[in-house]
Amino acid sequence: MNNLLLAPAIMVGIGLFFGAVLAIAQRFLKVDEDPRIEATNELLPGTNCGACGQPGCLPFAEKLVSGEVDPGQCTVSTDENIEQIAEYLQVDAGRAEKLVARLRCGGGGLQAHQIAEYRGFEGCRAAAVVSGGGKGCAWGCLGLADCERACTFDAIHMNANGLPQVDTEKCRACPDCVAACPKDLFELVPLNQNLYVQCNIPLAGEAATQLCAVACDACGKCAADAAPGLITMEGNLPVIDYSSGGEPRPDAVFRCATRSIVWLEREQFQNQESRKAGGV
Amino acid sequence: MKAFRRLRRNFEHGVHPAHHKQQTENLPIQRVPFGKDYVMPLGQHIGVPARAIVTAGERVRRGQMIAEPGGFVSTSLHSPVTGTVKEIGNFRGVDGRFAPAIAIEADPFATQQVDAGAAVDWQALSTEKFIEAVQMAGIVGMGGAAFPAHVKLSVPDGVRIRSLLINGAECEPYLTTDHRLMLERPEALLEGAEIMRQKLGAEESVIGIEANKPDAIAIVQKHIQPGTPVRVVPLKVKYPQGAEKMMIKSVFDVEVPAGQLPRDVEVNVNNVGTIVAIADYFLRGIPLIERVVTVAGPGVTYPANLIVPLGTPVRDVVKFCGGLKPGTREIIMGGPMMGRPIASLDVPILKGCSGVLVFTEEQTARRKEYPCISCGRCLEACPYFLNPSRLARLSKSRMFDEMKAYNVFDCVECGCCTFSCPSNIPIVQLIRTAKDDLTHRKEPDA
Repeated sequence: MNNLLLAPAIMVGIGLFFGAVLAIAQRFLKVDEDPRIEATNELLPGTNCGACGQPGCLPFAEKLVSGEVDPGQCTVSTDENIEQIAEYLQVDAGRAEKLVARLRCGGGGLQAHQIAEYRGFEGCRAAAVVSGGGKGCAWGCLGLADCERACTFDAIHMNANGLPQVDTEKCRACPDCVAACPKDLFELVPLNQNLYVQCNIPLAGEAATQLCAVACDACGKCAADAAPGLITMEGNLPVIDYSSGGEPRPDAVFRCATRSIVWLEREQFQNQESRKAGGV
Repeated sequence: MKAFRRLRRNFEHGVHPAHHKQQTENLPIQRVPFGKDYVMPLGQHIGVPARAIVTAGERVRRGQMIAEPGGFVSTSLHSPVTGTVKEIGNFRGVDGRFAPAIAIEADPFATQQVDAGAAVDWQALSTEKFIEAVQMAGIVGMGGAAFPAHVKLSVPDGVRIRSLLINGAECEPYLTTDHRLMLERPEALLEGAEIMRQKLGAEESVIGIEANKPDAIAIVQKHIQPGTPVRVVPLKVKYPQGAEKMMIKSVFDVEVPAGQLPRDVEVNVNNVGTIVAIADYFLRGIPLIERVVTVAGPGVTYPANLIVPLGTPVRDVVKFCGGLKPGTREIIMGGPMMGRPIASLDVPILKGCSGVLVFTEEQTARRKEYPCISCGRCLEACPYFLNPSRLARLSKSRMFDEMKAYNVFDCVECGCCTFSCPSNIPIVQLIRTAKDDLTHRKEPDA
């Protein structure tokens, strides 16, 4: 009987002892954490994508509370979420303009000339390390969907023409596709910048157009037609300088014979899709 | 025990691919007639690209220097033909990318006599001058990697080279260039070996030849001058016996630790082709302007061992060999295990190109891939003791950074893992992809 009582008594005793230690530790060793960090973290998307430049959502929340960053730097949150965080922390939302991933190539299977057939292991980078894939153009999109696999937000899908179609609604401008592309074709561009050069060929004239039907042949008509200083030709490609002050107008693309500079309202490659739907 | 192990002449792991050398091993080396267009990429060796010293329109003679080294780990280029420099521009290279190159149009009426300098009195040269001469001759490792030969020769102070190891293993299937060179030019090989050995201050030269080339072993042995410290070592037939670290293990039973070089175990390894090029330059004044290339494979009409001027388009070489058979699917530059398929017939033959192999549907069809069954055959095949199946799995899930912890950069892409995989998983391709991602990934601006 004695033994029967002794064991639970010891257990209770040990429990009480450690309970007391914990209670004392809680009282004297407590670290004050700002409750706002936890609350802010709750409002963040929790994808830990790193698009804001921080290692994850919690470090970003810490920086938010300390005022080092603006809520708007989280490109993944919806506008309402950003508003909520800004309201909660009593700071300016500082919403940056919406960025989307754009592909500097418009040469899909219908436009770019194939010189060989790549039948190896599927993946752009795998093809790029083996003789650069099958396309004649050494700078263009390989169309083997490394970006589609890398995208955290399911925003990239390969279209029937073999080019990655970015869903501008879903795209959160995290840099996953930028890092995944072996040809460095993706870049993050503000959605409201409508003029866009959809080509990456550093060649000029026929050397470029014999590789791809939508290659920039560096004729320079877009630079001549745009507001002065807006478009300059550098390395046989037009470079658009939005900070030059010139107003971007669709006029610049009208005389482009190869449609390598385009006026984008939302998604890329819309005309290609519709042309295909029309049976062309 | 050690003596017993040395008798085996072997290294751990590796695979045994069918060697397929019967197609060309008995064909004497012949010369390809001169064509019209030649393209000499400035970056055809490992390291800094060379700097062109000719301009468009300039007339060049065969053997004249057309580009100087762009740095220490770089080498010069010489014109492979007499003709006119057509253009210095960007041309498609073996890797599919456009890179700076010198295009030369051959003069069809020229005699194409080599603009050879006088033989160099190599014995009078100091070590520095000798190394500089090797660099100026444009000599690179001819086994495939095209690593500038003079860099290997520049041994830092305090390091001693005990042995010069000459690599005549030629473990890649199909290729017979080193085999034919040893059969047809054993004197040049031994002359070059003596020059290298004396300049390195090594005690002996060892020529390692795989045992499937008994004729080469016999001929080289016969030509050794009595009294010269040269010996021929027959090696077990196994891939990759010709990888320098494997060969050192086989011949000297010494392992070169990961991240270290052969010179750390007092050995200098050079390919047979490199040694012959050294002899050609120092004894005959001919810089590196041509090399021996095996054209073989089931898709080529007349297989051959050819002396090809550098910069010749693959198209001309294949044309000389009777063209492609119907059903050709793939052309590989280099050996079938480590070579790369080329996407265009216009790419030129480079200093590091030992073979042009033409394959048909039968050899290139991709077999259905099955899941990894964890059999461990790739682990048993990997000569560098890596874990290829783990690396392949990480690469498939795009966890490239984690692969560094599994020593992915020790992989030399020999292909033993893919060769041994019963599930047909493209292991080496996955590893190669990951290595490329880790080295070339564009880091987005924060």
